[in-house]
Amino acid sequence: MRRFLPNLLRLAALILLIAFLVRPELFEPLLKPLVQANAPAIYNQGSLLSLTLSHLATVFTATFAATLVAVGLAILVTRPVGAEFLPLSRSLVNIGQTFPPVAVLALAVPIVGFGEKPTLIALFLYGLLPVFENAMTGLSTLPKAIVEAARGTGMTAWQQLTRVELPLALPVILAGIRLSVTISLATATIGSTVAAKTLGEVIIAGLQSNNLAFVLQGGVVVAVLAVLIYDAFSAVERALARRAGRV
Amino acid sequence: MIEIENITKRYGDNTVVDTVSMTVEPHTITVIVGTSGSGKTTLMRMINRLVEPSEGMIRIDGADNRSIPGYELRRHIGYAIQGHGLFPHRTVGENIATVPTLLGWDKKRIAAKVEELLTLFQLDPSAFGPRYPHELSGGQQQRVGVARALAAEPNILLMDEPFGALDPVIRAKAQDDLLAIQKHFGTTIVLVTHDMEEAFHLADKIAVMDKGRIVQCAAPEEMLVNPATDFVETLIGTEERPFRLLSIGTAGDAAEAGEAQGEPIAASLSQREALSSLLWSGREALPVVGSDGAPLGRVTLAGLARRAARPQ
Repeated sequence: MRRFLPNLLRLAALILLIAFLVRPELFEPLLKPLVQANAPAIYNQGSLLSLTLSHLATVFTATFAATLVAVGLAILVTRPVGAEFLPLSRSLVNIGQTFPPVAVLALAVPIVGFGEKPTLIALFLYGLLPVFENAMTGLSTLPKAIVEAARGTGMTAWQQLTRVELPLALPVILAGIRLSVTISLATATIGSTVAAKTLGEVIIAGLQSNNLAFVLQGGVVVAVLAVLIYDAFSAVERALARRAGRV
Repeated sequence: MIEIENITKRYGDNTVVDTVSMTVEPHTITVIVGTSGSGKTTLMRMINRLVEPSEGMIRIDGADNRSIPGYELRRHIGYAIQGHGLFPHRTVGENIATVPTLLGWDKKRIAAKVEELLTLFQLDPSAFGPRYPHELSGGQQQRVGVARALAAEPNILLMDEPFGALDPVIRAKAQDDLLAIQKHFGTTIVLVTHDMEEAFHLADKIAVMDKGRIVQCAAPEEMLVNPATDFVETLIGTEERPFRLLSIGTAGDAAEAGEAQGEPIAASLSQREALSSLLWSGREALPVVGSDGAPLGRVTLAGLARRAARPQ
């Protein structure tokens, strides 16, 4: 019952978002007061729905790749064989995080050209750190008795990892992915400066033509997406943690 | 049978286990006692190769324990630890099924085994099987931990302070359960503890370790009468000796012919518990009854006092 009201609000936000993306003209009266006479109130240089979908596709592709690499690295450096790679891995993902995505875009365009690719590279690098650090924490703070029991029952190293360590670290790893996705959702908008199809296109169009309604709709759609996806991840983490008796 | 021959474990310059040799007879309970850092846990963990020895050899039923891969070996040796180590993301049933699953038993056989073990440990299979470990009490978790160790019907069960995290009431019950289970399966048990009370209660043989060496390995009575060193004597506790002696035998063994008044004593209780009942009830003698309630005679203060005296 305690979660009823927030969930109702989330559902309402989701319905409004879908309605806006599918039939934006319905919301025209609301946005009309924000624009000068004769200027369009609804983005008219492309479909909002397809921009949103390609925005999400970019974010998820980049985060998925970042997750694979970051979790892979974390697994490697938490094994006895890979322990010496920990400082190196940590520096690598830290560089990925400190390098501003704008700079990555600027550097990547001459190499891979305009479009989705430079954005994917920037988001991938930016998304590594939260996933890596959380996966490290999750895998290295497992209760000793449980890891010991896994070995004692005769699991091979691979079985210990896949049957015990990863499932138990999953809620913490998911929290890292959640952070990464949320940051990427917002950061992806700047990809439109190098011609990636993202919701940034709407915001940039609004800035260029001094159209507040465009800026607002681009921004709000990204924000609502971020909140909903963040909450969905949190809910999955809670469910997993509850099952494992960690709360 | 476990034969440990000149086994040594060094970590750098630090010798944790120092040329230890001992033999564990099949179907017996051997308890390894010692202070913290005496190497008792390391010695036990070398049996299932959780720790690889620096020197020496361990044979299990005649075969070198290095003749098969470590994980393969561990699937055939039960292992129960303090704080149970149950997998929190798996149900009680799945936890118990861990080793049979690794061994590739078919589903029906696994299900039957899980049910058998839960019943044996007085946990209702339909109620407890689907629960998660954190929904159980400490005593129940500990029983599931032992059940998991026994699931693949190992001949050998290694236990590392299995009752250390339990409160005294549950611990006594868990110890008695273990004795019953050992009788039921005939498992060879090696148990590590620092609790002498526990050692005397459970052991067929006690091995005392100090600074990486076995100081004495003997039957409990033998150890009481002839402690090999001062260290063993200190560990036993001189003022505890008569009571330790009494805690080895059962009231049934001490029963004499005759009758007595008062609340009867079960034959399966230790003589120490019988003495305690006599003292507390203020009587000279109490009747002893078997598990079926049939009278077996009586225990007397004088009789127990004779048994508590140093054997000649």
